[in-house]
Amino acid sequence: MKSKETNETVISIKGLRKSFGDLHVLRGVNLEVSRNENVVVLGRSGTGKSVLIKIMVGLLKPDAGKVIVLGHDVEQLRGKELDEFRQKVGFSFQSSALYDSMSIRENLEFPLVRNIRNLSRAEINKAVEKALSDVGLSQTINQMPAELSGGQRKRIGIARTLILKPEIMLYDEPTAGLDPITSIEINNLINEVRERLGATSIIITHDLTCAKSTGDRIAMLLDGKFERIGTFDEVFADPDERIQQFYNYNFTEQKSVPPVR
Amino acid sequence: MPPSTTNSTESPRGRRVLTRSLDQFFMNMADVAAFVGRFFREAFMPPYEFKEIVRQCYEVGYRSLLLISTTGFITGMVFTNQSRPSLAEFGATSWLPSLIAIAIVRALGPLVTALIAAGKVGSSIGAEIGSMNVTEQIDAMEVSGTDPFKFLVVSRVIATSFTIPLLTMYTVFVALMGAYLNVTVNEQTSFTSYIQEIFGAITYLDIFSSVLKSIVFGFTIGMVGCYKGYHSSKGTEGVGKAANASVVTAMFLVFIEELIALQIVGALR
Repeated sequence: MKSKETNETVISIKGLRKSFGDLHVLRGVNLEVSRNENVVVLGRSGTGKSVLIKIMVGLLKPDAGKVIVLGHDVEQLRGKELDEFRQKVGFSFQSSALYDSMSIRENLEFPLVRNIRNLSRAEINKAVEKALSDVGLSQTINQMPAELSGGQRKRIGIARTLILKPEIMLYDEPTAGLDPITSIEINNLINEVRERLGATSIIITHDLTCAKSTGDRIAMLLDGKFERIGTFDEVFADPDERIQQFYNYNFTEQKSVPPVR
Repeated sequence: MPPSTTNSTESPRGRRVLTRSLDQFFMNMADVAAFVGRFFREAFMPPYEFKEIVRQCYEVGYRSLLLISTTGFITGMVFTNQSRPSLAEFGATSWLPSLIAIAIVRALGPLVTALIAAGKVGSSIGAEIGSMNVTEQIDAMEVSGTDPFKFLVVSRVIATSFTIPLLTMYTVFVALMGAYLNVTVNEQTSFTSYIQEIFGAITYLDIFSSVLKSIVFGFTIGMVGCYKGYHSSKGTEGVGKAANASVVTAMFLVFIEELIALQIVGALR
């Protein structure tokens, strides 16, 4: 769990709203995250969890509310400022988002050569090899993404974002579609990233094992708002049926779950 | 009988459908205009993606070369063969090289190249960018501090606008060689007199208009492929639709542009 706690707030979200047509996904989200903290966002599919972190890196614009990340009002950032801000925020996509037409080496090099000028070939190679060895996949360096398994792709995707040593990591469903053993490896990797880089993380998931092993705090997104925020035990001590359904399903205690109408 | 309320623009429902369709059409047009406008804005603003442009030029040219060579050669040979009987009726088969030169340089060369490129390159661009969109690779590029529009769209559109005119010149050459093979076998025309007849028939306006037309065709093919890919709906079906729409739309626009070019060059001639 959390190693060196500070109270400096690095992510501050106030009154965030976002709709897509008649679908109101975020209806006044508030969240504060301290440096070096891991916050897990839980919620059902389609409740706007991914939308939330996409707004945090400026991929989507909010309808209302303020998102302050590392002291920047994300909505106001443009051009070079936005690019520099994004170098400090790593984003691990649900689909890994490795560039299919590039080898693993080229995938890892991409953010490095595009953002840091005047790097020698030796420096680039060293950084790529280090990033790969950190996720235990040095042997894949010359392979293409299509040749890798889901878990390997996920780890390479994380390695690609880590190569720029971000201060904040955003994980979108890091364990979705992975077997339990690989999921544990990914959970360990998320904790290692925090230890090694001192990064602050937001982890979007509906895997409670992942939530329990990586999160200092859990934020439960219900009806477009964070209805419950607290430690894992605090949140799941709540008798709210929607929260209990979540818990029961994940831990296979299928007791008295009413049918979904 | 009560008046139909479904298929008439007179009825409120019919009017609603028509208004919605028109709204959608104008919104799409505005979207296309914004996309093209963004291309011109970003194409002239540094940083320039020279390396990616060169890579795309190689991809576009290399990917189409074999198909273009075969198609061009066959087009030249078949067109010559099919034109012979009409000229033979007037005893004018000696005009074959001039006829072929005009047809190939003015219309067949640019059209055949554009249609082949729309099928081969346009679909590939639509599918590639579409699949990058679906699998969040475009978003990943954006959050890693690279402008995906400049890296993916600008480089590809510049590459097709530059490479397709080159491919057109190559197709014209190959088609004329195909035609020569047919002419020399049937009329025993020498290579020198064949070349002399060709250059006697075509003008600088023919060459200039063909090259210019090919640049427009190349721009259209690249732009349509990128637009359809960039705006593909999510899922594998979206990728397939993007690839398909890239080809169909690009081919349709190429024919429209050919028609416009014909009027403009006709007025200049």
